[in-house]
This record gives sequence, structure tokens and C-alpha cells, in this order.
Amino acid sequence: MTRVERKGLTRRALLGRAVAAGALAVAGTGFIAAPDAAWAMEVSVITPEQMATLMQMARDIYPHDQVADRFYAVAVKGYDDAAAKDLVDAGIAALNAAAQAQGHADYLSIGWEEDRVKVLQAIEGEVFFQTVRAGLVTGLYNQKDVWPIFGYEGESFSQGGYIDRGFDDIDWL
Amino acid sequence: MVAKFDLNDDSVVVIIGTGAGGGVLANELAQKGVKVVALEAGGRYLPDDYINDEWDSFGQLAWLDARTTSGDWRVAKDFAGLPAWIVKAVGGTTTHWAGASIRFQEHEWKALSTYGAVEGANLLDWPIDAAEMEPWYALAETKLGVTLTEGRAGLPGNNNYKVFEAGAKKLGYKEVHTGRMAINSSDYDERPACQQTGFCFQGCKWGAKWSAAYTDIPRGEATGNLEVREHAHVARILHDDTGKVTGVEYFDKEGNLHLQKARIVSVAGNSFESPRLLLNSASSMFPNGLANSSDQVGRNYMRHTTGSIYGIFDKPVRMWRGTTMAGIVQDEARHDPSRGFVGGYELETLALGLPFMAAFLNPGGWGRGFTTALDHYENMAGMWIVGEDMPQATNRITLSETKDQWGLPVANVHFSDHPNDVAMRNHAYKQGMAIYDAVGATRSFPTPPYPSTHNLGTNRMSERPEDGVCNKWGQTHDIANLFISDGSQFTTGAAENPTLTIVALAIRQADHIAREMAAGNL
Repeated sequence: MTRVERKGLTRRALLGRAVAAGALAVAGTGFIAAPDAAWAMEVSVITPEQMATLMQMARDIYPHDQVADRFYAVAVKGYDDAAAKDLVDAGIAALNAAAQAQGHADYLSIGWEEDRVKVLQAIEGEVFFQTVRAGLVTGLYNQKDVWPIFGYEGESFSQGGYIDRGFDDIDWL
Repeated sequence: MVAKFDLNDDSVVVIIGTGAGGGVLANELAQKGVKVVALEAGGRYLPDDYINDEWDSFGQLAWLDARTTSGDWRVAKDFAGLPAWIVKAVGGTTTHWAGASIRFQEHEWKALSTYGAVEGANLLDWPIDAAEMEPWYALAETKLGVTLTEGRAGLPGNNNYKVFEAGAKKLGYKEVHTGRMAINSSDYDERPACQQTGFCFQGCKWGAKWSAAYTDIPRGEATGNLEVREHAHVARILHDDTGKVTGVEYFDKEGNLHLQKARIVSVAGNSFESPRLLLNSASSMFPNGLANSSDQVGRNYMRHTTGSIYGIFDKPVRMWRGTTMAGIVQDEARHDPSRGFVGGYELETLALGLPFMAAFLNPGGWGRGFTTALDHYENMAGMWIVGEDMPQATNRITLSETKDQWGLPVANVHFSDHPNDVAMRNHAYKQGMAIYDAVGATRSFPTPPYPSTHNLGTNRMSERPEDGVCNKWGQTHDIANLFISDGSQFTTGAAENPTLTIVALAIRQADHIAREMAAGNL
């Protein structure tokens, strides 16, 4: 994970560097961006590294390979808040300490999900982990844009329900 | 037309709560010319107001005032502040209920006689039986327009039902159908037929499902004999030095305390709030709370032995389409101790939307074991267990150290499974999974009980005053003009969804109260 310190770069340039960096990239002092520049997020209170760690944590807690990073980003962006800063600082420090105790440089540097999960298991009883996990239950799965990925159709009242739209259309039994 | 009664009018019947018990009692009394003030802690929401979005609706309708929990049930760990999923609104939990409307089986009125004493259980026979209840059940079924009764057609089966039915029949189950439901299969009583919209738990936007909110309550109001006061949170019930109740104190929306005088008081706030209110009404004359000389107020809390089973298939099911709970297997509802437990259980179709599946699939769970199940949400079918759980004296509502927004001690809900509950649940899990496996499920799994929707027994009915809180009319043993009108009066829980029985008891109780008032006995 390369941190770009230089100020004065344009957003486009930052995103360009993010692409060059490869993985989910911290792309400047205030940005975190997808490698394909599909999205970028500005952080103002916590560091881009911390946001990248939260996003990786979110994906490791609720891994859905068909769900793009931007949905996980939405789910954890609320932690970029003064009220959450102490929790994030202490929580990520403890997470990285747990990673080091298992022989890794830090959590984000671990290549395999399986190994990151072992680190998460070491802290799953902690308030930080439980706060992030519980928050994801609504933060991730209550995003209306996520629902179609799982096939869920949401409300149907505005379309007259399913009475003429397949409530009993199962054809494989 | 809507009545407005004076706070000092001591001729009124005050009913606390407006759900299946209180809402029906209020209308039935009003129809008979009895003056009623109904106090409802929540606001008023009608079909146009209901939100077909699980979390938004939860925020609108659910009882979210503080409660605390203890005991070894998993709800106390996963949902420590939310032991029940019930409604705080005019119409109460009839807004949110699934509509399943089944009568108790004959033997279930006589649990102690039928099952015999069960160690650790506080079983008792009801002081009423199936013959006594038959005409009241018939009236309740007519009121609710229950399908598959009185010649009404059943609801059409949706996708979730078709999977369930096919599996159940392969296992050899015989009593498999779309259920006796208070959801119209055709237009009935000024309510339209079900449009298969889903979101039954969020309030039926068509009004196809019976709810007191848009049937009994407005009809009672139309008589000019019923006044419903919304956002009226009752703090305590008052009594005089003869031991008769005289009125209730309640907070209005702004936090002002009022005293409504009463000739009779009925408590119908569901099985946490009703005993809590009796306990919070303790006085020098009744130091252990009202109607509590037996020490049974708050005890014998039952919540049905529940749990869910979900099956994943290699092709789409789309369980969320259509009626949420129109499907039942009744073969296991019988009492057959050879299965390793007394009493029985129903299996009923159930669907949750993606947001609630994520919350309830395995609360606290995470990682790929969890997410690979959700990945196949579209191919998932679901069912719910409703079984008779054992009343236990130690499963109880007590007053917590925690106070609510009015400074009143909240209910602490203590619950631990009885071994009979565990044996029944495990049997039901196995049978439910077998149903899905029989039609080719590639994965099926049991999920733990949700926050309770069926809350029963905390002011139970008993023949002898020392065994319970109220008599066969719901009248408290200790105080003649104080009645229990909700599911808290249940002596035992039976295997059936409780609403129909609560409604039938409320119709019967209204008849009794009106008759006794006319005779000058109340």
C-alpha cells in the first residue's frame, strides 16, 4: 500500500495513481479510490489507510464476491466522523497488533482472506469488531442498490403486488 | 360522531392497549352501548401510511421503548434490548401480524390433564374448554373473515408455499394447505382480496389482512361510544381503599400526566407491558402490585417454541413474493410423547426480505458460512416453527433497574428454554429440513428464534386464585373491576398462533362485562 503524500495533485491524477497502484488504493491524504477508478471517497477525519482497513474488514466480515467495493465503501463511510475517531484509532491499532501477533506486518498486507479471518477472529469479542459487524447488517444489506444483486425486488405495492407478476410462477417443482 | 369523554367521567370502561385484545374489546363494548376510553401508547397509522420497507417500517411501527433481558435464550444475547417484535400503534400488533388464525385443539385447553405433570413446568388446565369457546371462535372467524372457515376459499399458494407443500407431501404429511388466514381470498367485509404484495409484517397496504386499526377501532368510534386517545402511555392504575380500581394515570405525548377515572379497567398491553403495569401500580394496600396476591403476575412467560428453517435450491424460489405466511403443515401439532416431548408444533411458511434475512439468519454470524447462504437469497425457501412451550414460574417479567422516557421502571424479560422446548425445536428443525431436502434442497439450515412475536401467559387464567391472576372471564381474582384482555391471560400457549384466540376471548369478555354491568354486578 503506497501512500501518496504530495499535495496539489488533481483528483484525476490521484485516481490515476490509484489505478497504477493496483489494489484498493489509498490515493492521497484525503482520498481512497478503487483501482479501476470506478469510485473514490474523500476522508476528512480518519486516514485513508484506516478507511482502506475498514473496507477490507467489511469485505472479510461479509464477503460477497459479486458485490462491488463501492457498496462496502458506503457501508463504512460513516466511520469518517469525529465521534468515531477514537473507536477507529484504537480498534485498528488492536487489529494490526493482532495481525502482528500472527506474524504479519499489518492486517491490510495479508494476502489471503483465510489469514485475515484468523486475525478478525482474535478480536471478534471486542467492541470495535462488534460495532463494525453490527453496523454492516444494515449498512450493507439495507442499501436498495445492493438488493438487485441478490435478486431481491423490494416493495411491489406500487406495481400492484405480484398477483399478476409471478407470485406463483415457480416451474421446476 | 367520535366520542370525547371527560377525565372525571367515572362511568367509562378504560382499556389500555388497542390490539387484538383491547381493540376488539373496545369495539364490542361500544357496539353494546358501553362507553369506552381506549388508551394507546402509540400513534395511528393506516394502510396509506404503511411502508413496504423492512427497516423503515420497523422504525415506524415497532415498540422500541426500553426493555431489558436475562436468561439463557439467545435473544438476550443477540437482541438484548429487543426481546419482542411487537407494535406500538393503534391496532397494536394486529398491524404487523401474519394473519394465521387457527383454533386451539381440544386437548390443548387441558394441558396438565393431557400431558401430566412435567418436571420444571408450571402446567395448568385452562378454566375453559373447547366447547365453551366454540361459539366465540365462530364469531372471531366471521369478524376476521378467516379463509378455509365458513366456506371461504383458501388463499392461492405462492412460490414459497409450493416448495413447502411439495416437500411436505413427499414426506407423507397430510394436513398441508395455505392456512386459515385472516387475509381475504376474495373481497369480504369492505376489505379487498390479497394482491400477493408481500410485506404482511409491515402493515397491509391493501387492507386485505384484518387489523383492528382499520376495522374494529373505526367501527367502535362510529358508534359514538368509543374514544381512542393516542400517544397515551399509562403509568399506573389507581384504586380506592376498598380495593377497587378507580382510574388510570397516563402521560400524553408532551409528557403531561392525566388521571382518567374509570368504572372498569382492562389491561391489554401485551405480555410485557400488562404485568409491568400491574407491578408498577403497587401501593401500600397492594405492595406486590395489583392483582398479585398469588405472586403469579409476570410469571409463566411463554413465547412459543420457535425457530426457522431455510432451504436453498439450485433454481429460483423468490419466497418474498406474495403472502408472507400462507402455508401450514399441521400433522406435527398433535400431542404424541413418542417424539420425545409433550405438545406439538405447526410449521408455517415464512419469508423475510433481504435486509431482515441478513439480520435474522444467524444473528452475530459472519464470514463465508453466513454470506454464501445469503448469496442464494433468490433461491431460498423459508418456514417458521410455532410450538407449545412450557410455562415456567421462573420465566417472568419483573421490573428492571432501567427506566423509560417517563421515569418508569421498564420490563425485564427473563427466559430460558425448558428441555421440552429444546426437544421440540430440534425435532421441528429436523422435519423442516427434511421437507426441503425432499424437494432437492442443496443446503438447508435451522435459524434461531427471532425476538418474540407471540408473548403469552404473564397474567394467566386459573380456576383457583392461588394458581394465576385472572378467572375464566379474564377478571382478576383480586379486583373485581380489573380485567386482563390480551394474550397475557393465556394459561398455556398451545401450538397455534394466538391472535384468533385473543380475539375470541375479547368478544366473549365484552359479552360478559356488558351483561354484568347491566345486572349491576360491575
